[in-house]
Parts: sequence; structure tokens; C-alpha cells
Amino acid sequence: MSTQAAEREAEVLACLATVTDPELDEPVTELGFVEGVTVGAGGAVTLDFRLPTFWCAANFAYMMAEDMRDAVAALPWVTAVTPRLQAHMCADEVNRGVAEGLDFGAAFGEAGDDDTLADLRTTFRRKAFQRRQEALLRALLAEDFIPAALVAMTLGALEGTALAGTDSARCKRRYLEMRARLCGPAAPEAPAFVTPGGEPLDAAGFDEHLRTLASVRIAMEFNGALCRGLLAVRDRAGAAAEPARKP
Amino acid sequence: MYRTSDGEELFVVDAHTHFWNAAPANQRNIHGKQFIDCFYAYHSALSPEQEVWPQEKFEKYDAETMVRDLFVDGPVDMAIIQPTYLKEFYIEGFNTTEQNAVITEAHPDRFILNGSFDPREGTAALENIHALKEAYGIRGVKLYTAEWRGASRGWRLNDTEAYRCFELCEKLGITNMHVHKGPTITPLAKDAFDCHDVDYAATDFPNLNFIVEHVGLPRLDDFCWIAVQEANVWGGLAVVMPFMHARPRYFAEVIAELLFWVGEDKLTFASDYAIWTPKWLVEKFWSFELPDDIKQERGVDLTPEVKKKILGLNAAALYDIDVDAAKAKLWNGAGS
Repeated sequence: MSTQAAEREAEVLACLATVTDPELDEPVTELGFVEGVTVGAGGAVTLDFRLPTFWCAANFAYMMAEDMRDAVAALPWVTAVTPRLQAHMCADEVNRGVAEGLDFGAAFGEAGDDDTLADLRTTFRRKAFQRRQEALLRALLAEDFIPAALVAMTLGALEGTALAGTDSARCKRRYLEMRARLCGPAAPEAPAFVTPGGEPLDAAGFDEHLRTLASVRIAMEFNGALCRGLLAVRDRAGAAAEPARKP
Repeated sequence: MYRTSDGEELFVVDAHTHFWNAAPANQRNIHGKQFIDCFYAYHSALSPEQEVWPQEKFEKYDAETMVRDLFVDGPVDMAIIQPTYLKEFYIEGFNTTEQNAVITEAHPDRFILNGSFDPREGTAALENIHALKEAYGIRGVKLYTAEWRGASRGWRLNDTEAYRCFELCEKLGITNMHVHKGPTITPLAKDAFDCHDVDYAATDFPNLNFIVEHVGLPRLDDFCWIAVQEANVWGGLAVVMPFMHARPRYFAEVIAELLFWVGEDKLTFASDYAIWTPKWLVEKFWSFELPDDIKQERGVDLTPEVKKKILGLNAAALYDIDVDAAKAKLWNGAGS
């Protein structure tokens, strides 16, 4: 592979790392969904991806295919992006629809159902926001911050707070990114921690708030564990069924 | 019966089992193959290594194997057998009430046979409910709201046609509605995972019980919110149980959520046989303890008394099983 091709492939993978499974809120690259990236000389990119099972929800598959397409299309040298979902019950509909730029409803011949994915995207962005906030709050509590201080903390103060653990720093980065995506840009004096609707927290309700966040996270993580288990089985079965071939 | 290490003897009901035939000869199309492959992946992913079956056995097992796994080698006293028709995927169906009746009629003291209905069949659905009641005396049904049918991408419990079915069920004394709200067969529309329809139906039919199988996964939070408000909404633990092995900390968190919101009296143990087998599940569950931090945060505990309810007493209450009479019969080897 030429240096340029290798560099471009790395750039594509870096873009894909920003795309998350909407339900699991983890990058598709880390989940092992991306099977291969092909970069053509003219700047055309083909992305092969697959999900843990043949039956995984088509709407989530569609969202990921759209997000991958859009993330990679943002690279200046890219002329075309073709995501290719493999081994899935709706692979044909998803691949054709995303290639033609159709919305989900149109791709599946369900006229008038266009808002389905928009609503679902919002729901899952809220869940991702809640999950990331819980992770950060727990990391801060573990670093001896008290609830009253967290409730009063401003965005500027959070950004300027040095955290001891590397995991805490990651949690902070992930939370700030999702806070901006869900709630839009905010002034440094805005509260760091808000509800998904943008309301500030209060100290009296802090424990209850944390438990609510935990409920959301537990549902999401449980499904993630199931997905990972299924993907591992599929990889094992695939490895057994398909002897290694020369590249 | 499960005998604990202290010699205590517990009554066990497996509230969600199947007797399926997914052998290649019965597969109608590629979906039939993909469906059982997906089940096998669940089985392989979440079972301890020594409990994993060969794929061929998993596709089709005989009645003797099932009876042995549940009642002879396994600790189950009684099992509820739930149908899954899937006639579009399997020539004879995957696990129909008629197929299940073969095994339940040979072991009437051990099994409770459930039926099913699809309200999209209209009048035929109502006739079918009558026929199932007459032929098998069913007291419960398994419902799949996410199942595709022609152009339909699923149905909702609060559809008008569904309400007509519920009215008939109530009239005929079919009181237990096991609703599949969990990993779905062919989910497409956003509603396929949604469980808010349970809320409407449970409110409008207070004399029916709605057992949400797989506790709404992956919408556990939505399910809990509904179950806390509706006295007749229960949680079925099929699919949840095997996480004890694969992800014990998550299992503890989920059980704590369920105990907090749904309560210890409305959760039922299930193996989802033959996806998992009950022996290891019951053994592991009996010795499972919630970590202290989870107990404290949620203010709940998984005590031996709570475990006994989940393992058998709650399902016995749902199906009016006289536990003392059943023990007397089954534990003395008199039952069949």
C-alpha cells in the first residue's frame, strides 16, 4: 500500500471513531463493527461494516451507515463514500437507501414515516448525555468532590478542573462533547451539570438524579454486553467457517 | 426441587420454556436458519463453557432431553411452556402450542401449556383463542408485538383489535399475558422495542396480568417506570438470568433496579430453555449476592426469602399453583 493510501485509510478510521452506535454510545470502531476500509485512487471510499446479528434493528443500522457516510465525506479529498452493511436481513435496503441519500422511511417504502429516525436520534442523544454525565459525576465523587460543589460548578470551572484519574479525564471529555451536542454552546458561567432539558440540578435532589442516570446506564450497558457477546460468537463462527486466505 | 447446601428444599417454577424444532428440514427459508443461529449465539455467548450444546442438538432436541434437563438433572418442579409460531420461517412452525402439547400431555403435572394470538387476524384471532381454550384449557398466552406479518411491522397492546382479544381472554379466564418485550425477532419500526403500550393495556385490563418477558430489555428503564405504576405488571427474567455468569456486576445492578421498582413479589425466574438450561442458573442464583454498594445505593437486598419467591412462589401465585399440594405430589414421585 502506498504511503498516501495508508495515510488516507488512517484518516478514514479516525473519522469512523467519532461515529457511535446510538444505543450503546460507543464508537463503531471499538465495537468491532468496521470490517474494512477501501480507499480508491480517485478518493472514493468503501466502508464494510457488520452488526452482531442478522436481526439487529434496521433503524440503528441505518443511522450508523448515514453517520459513517457523513463523517468520512467531511474529509477534503473524499469524492464518494459507500457504506456496505454485510450479513444483515435489511442489507440491500440500507445500502441502497444510504447510497441514494434517501431517508429511512423512503428506503423502506414507508412514506410519511420520515421523522422516525430524527426522533430516535434525539432520544438516544439524551440517553448518551445522561450516561456520560453519570460516569463523570461518579468519577468526581470518587475524587472527593461533594454533591453541593458539583451542583454549583460552572462549565468554565469544570473545563479548568484537573482530574487525577485518566479515566476521569476521558469521562470529562466525553461529557463536555455530548453536553455541547445536546444543549448547544453555553457560556462558561452556565452550570456544568444540567438535566437533559437544560435545567440546573439542585443539591436536595442530587442522589435521586444520580439514581435516574444509573437506570438509564444500566439498560444501555446491559444491551451492550449482549451485543458484544453476540459479536464474539459471530467472529468465532466466522473464523471457523472461513479458512484464512491470502490477502 | 432445589436442595440448597443447607439441605433446604425449594419449589422451582421455570416460567419460560420452549420445545422447538428448528432443524434444517423444518427451515422454510434463510430466515429460519438465521433465527436459530441467532438463538444459538445467545446460548453460546452467555452460557458457561461446559453448558454449551452442539449446534445440531440445539436445533432440535427430543422430549426426553427436555424433561431430563428440567426435572431430572435440573431442579425444576413445574415449567410454563410458551409458544413461538414463526410459520413464515419454519414449515411446521418453530414451537407451536400444538407441538408443545405433545410434551405437556405426557407430563400434565409438570407443565403449564400456554397459547398465543395475533390480533391482526381479526375474527380469526378470537376464534383461535376459543379453540385454544377448548382444546388445552390455556390460562396464559405469549404475545409478540414486534412480529412482522405481511406489510405490518408489528402491533401494539392498545390496538382496538388487541383489546377485543383481551376482553375475550378475560371472559374465558385466560389471565396471564406474557408479552415479549426484549431482544426482538425482526425489529424495524421504532416501536418494536417500545414498551409503553403495556401501560395502557395494564390500566384498562386490571384483571389481567401482564408479564413483561425479558423485562423490556433494552428498554429496562422504561419498563421499570411502567411496572412501578401498574399493580398487574410483572417482570419475567428470561435472558436476564444468564448474565450472572457473563457479567455478574451488571446482573446485580439489573436485579437491584428490578427489586427497587418492580418489587420482590412480581419477578419470575425463567431459563428460556433451550437457550439456557435451568440447573446452572438456579445453582448460581441461589449463591448469588448483591455487592454492598449496590445494596446501599438502591436500598434493596436479594435475601434467601426473595430468591425463593423469584424461583417459584411468584409464578405459582400467577398460575394458582397450590405449592403444598404440588410438593406433596411431585416430591414423592407420584406426579407425572
